[in-house]
Amino acid sequence: QYVPVKGDHVIGIVTGKAGDVFKVDVGGSEQASLSYLAFEGATKRNRPNVQVGDLIYGQFLVANKDMEPEMVCINSSGRSSGMGIIGQDGFLFKVSLGLIRKLLAPKCEIIQELSQLYPFELVLGMNGRIWVKAKAVQQTLIIVNILEACEYMTAEQRKQALAKVSGK
Amino acid sequence: LSLQFMQRGLDSQTKKQLEEEEKKIISEEHWYLDLPDLREKQSFIIEERSFMPCEDLLYGRMSFKGFNPEIEKLMIQMNSRCKEDEIEVDDKMEADVSDEEMARRYETLVGTIGKKFVRKRDQRVLQDEEDEDGDSNKRPSKKAKKKFLKPQD
Repeated sequence: QYVPVKGDHVIGIVTGKAGDVFKVDVGGSEQASLSYLAFEGATKRNRPNVQVGDLIYGQFLVANKDMEPEMVCINSSGRSSGMGIIGQDGFLFKVSLGLIRKLLAPKCEIIQELSQLYPFELVLGMNGRIWVKAKAVQQTLIIVNILEACEYMTAEQRKQALAKVSGK
Repeated sequence: LSLQFMQRGLDSQTKKQLEEEEKKIISEEHWYLDLPDLREKQSFIIEERSFMPCEDLLYGRMSFKGFNPEIEKLMIQMNSRCKEDEIEVDDKMEADVSDEEMARRYETLVGTIGKKFVRKRDQRVLQDEEDEDGDSNKRPSKKAKKKFLKPQD
């Protein structure tokens, strides 16, 4: 179970709108709130185009056990720096929090090996959610399967699996 | 009345000071603890709930083999920030105009704008100087500055 922590970058799913604030499911015990002004270049007149069911990559502004967590898609200098609505297509799936830590480690072999296969885009949320997008659906699914399975594979097994895939 | 801090006319600062002083004054009616002041111990334990600083994790958004060029740029920025190599990245930024070109431009620029502020008398000197650079042998007579000639008696 994920516990929201201030400063963590997570992938959230927009579940609803309550006035000027979006309700975002981040996989914690409570839903997080996301103000429509917390996007780069958002003003009261210029609202971001967020629909229910959209994927959002943002960080926690407030996250303690006494209050509802708040998310923003903007950093301290006012720039989005990669945060915001995650685009169309792609595949979202859940993994354990330990695997995310492993994958985000500075020299992660899994990610380096995967990056040799084919071009793709990857977003890792600290709440255990990963979003993958590649050019073809099959490629996307291959990456998803490898990421899910590599938690329990040794390095040898992983290299074998990747060799099979790149051989295809 | 001893409640001076309640007066409207005083500043908020002086009010606060007076309030604190009056609180400290212990009269017989008030009960107080006859203990020495206890100070909080400085704890050496800092609670850190996120993993990010512990393991120096990378930025969560990544793109490989040019799938999303903006995110690839971001990856370089973000990950170099972690390693504090940002200063290097800034120095290596390519300039549109090379340093030599800039120096050349400024040289001529200074000359052309300098001419604007030159007075008429000095203009002739400038011209002579320019001619001098070209051909020094042809006009020796005009080299001499035109000075004021005293009328002879």
